[in-house]
Amino acid sequence: MVSQSVAIVDYGMGNLRSVQNAVEHSGGRSVIVANPMELSAYDKIILPGVGAFGQAIACLHQTGLSIALNERREAGAHILGICLGMQLMCSASEEDGIHEGLNWFSAQVIRFLPETGLSVPHMGWNGVDFVRDDPILAGLTSGSDAYFVHSYHVRCDDPTDVLATTDYGLRFDSMIQHGNVRGIQFHPEKSQEFGLGIIRNYLEMPC
Amino acid sequence: MLKKRLIAVLILRDGQVVQSVRFKHTNVIHSDAVHAMEAFNKWAVDEIVILNVSRDSASREQFSEIVERISRYCFVPLAAGGWIDNEDYAQKLLRSGADKLVINTALADDPQLVSRLALRYGRQCIVASMDVKRDASGLPQIAVDRGGRVIDIAPEAWARKAVELGAGEILFNSIDHDGARKGYDLESIQKVCETVEVPVIAFGGVFTWNHLVEGITAGAAAVAVANLFHYTEQSTRKAKTHLANAGVLVRQQGQSLTPAKTGMAA
Repeated sequence: MVSQSVAIVDYGMGNLRSVQNAVEHSGGRSVIVANPMELSAYDKIILPGVGAFGQAIACLHQTGLSIALNERREAGAHILGICLGMQLMCSASEEDGIHEGLNWFSAQVIRFLPETGLSVPHMGWNGVDFVRDDPILAGLTSGSDAYFVHSYHVRCDDPTDVLATTDYGLRFDSMIQHGNVRGIQFHPEKSQEFGLGIIRNYLEMPC
Repeated sequence: MLKKRLIAVLILRDGQVVQSVRFKHTNVIHSDAVHAMEAFNKWAVDEIVILNVSRDSASREQFSEIVERISRYCFVPLAAGGWIDNEDYAQKLLRSGADKLVINTALADDPQLVSRLALRYGRQCIVASMDVKRDASGLPQIAVDRGGRVIDIAPEAWARKAVELGAGEILFNSIDHDGARKGYDLESIQKVCETVEVPVIAFGGVFTWNHLVEGITAGAAAVAVANLFHYTEQSTRKAKTHLANAGVLVRQQGQSLTPAKTGMAA
């Protein structure tokens, strides 16, 4: 029996309540899921996260959540990674050493260079420029501002995976999509109408 | 490009939103903070700061419940502070829906707490709040404990110390300017901005929208307003328009949620 609710993955990191509030405000229902066995009941899964990459990926492996997430991905579930959750979907991160990710995107997670003269973390409201269409962007306006907090950014090897980019000293990939998997570098749950529009589009995607 | 932020501050005493004048809080503005929050949400403010200025530490519990209720309607970053003097309470506020912790008195009384919190939750989670008070000769000093205890140190030195301890942001307030309607303490703000690399939020004294422009010109990354926002209809929208007209890069008013043609960039 497939649940109509969205599973929000709890692996000990991140602002689960904010994501849950945003899903509920957008007319959806959500359940916090920490047990990998329970994930099989969900066709929509949000992987949130704030914190360090190495610790987060270790938690996903130790708990068995990474295996369960891979199974759901192969079964066609819509998986949405937010902030660190997006970065975890990439091949590797250089945060405090090299760590392998879930490798759903052929993409690297790279530190912002201090040479740009801009402060790190990149924190605050910045524009999200769409580069191609996708159901998650339906009805939304390219260039809208979203709320970012991060010190590392994603660079996709395959430009066709990129949905949107953002300018902070350099252009980085702020939204990515490949098949049924999407990653968002900013916090849609903290990006007011624009962010709630993304959540609503995600909830409305047919499974 | 990163935008300059407009921040609304909710001052809470014993659970009610109050007006603050030189750190005295005699005037209740809203008995229910959620009502104030809903208005700010509608009016495209970029961030909310909620401060518990109650004199009694027993107010902690009630305050965290209000944070929890407010966060259900808050779809911008929410920073919460007041009486954070231990890790358990900090965690409680974060679990209640706060995204950032505002720390003031602990910078003086338990600096290691600030470092531990920064290590545990990241620097972006720690906002060092500093209340500046000028002495009889006009020299700016730091006051902690809800303005009750003066420390003989210059604001810029205090800000540097806060950043060393792990603060990722500074919330600058002036007790003399609070509610005085004469604009920010620009001289002190400028010195703090020149000293630290983290974003500085200017707060205390705004009465005209041009005071916001002055704060940005002094070097602040964000400008905060408390009292004025409660008394003017559409106030945050007007504030944003004024900033934009003065050439300050701000987040434009939120797009309508009604479906429109998907915009595409080249």
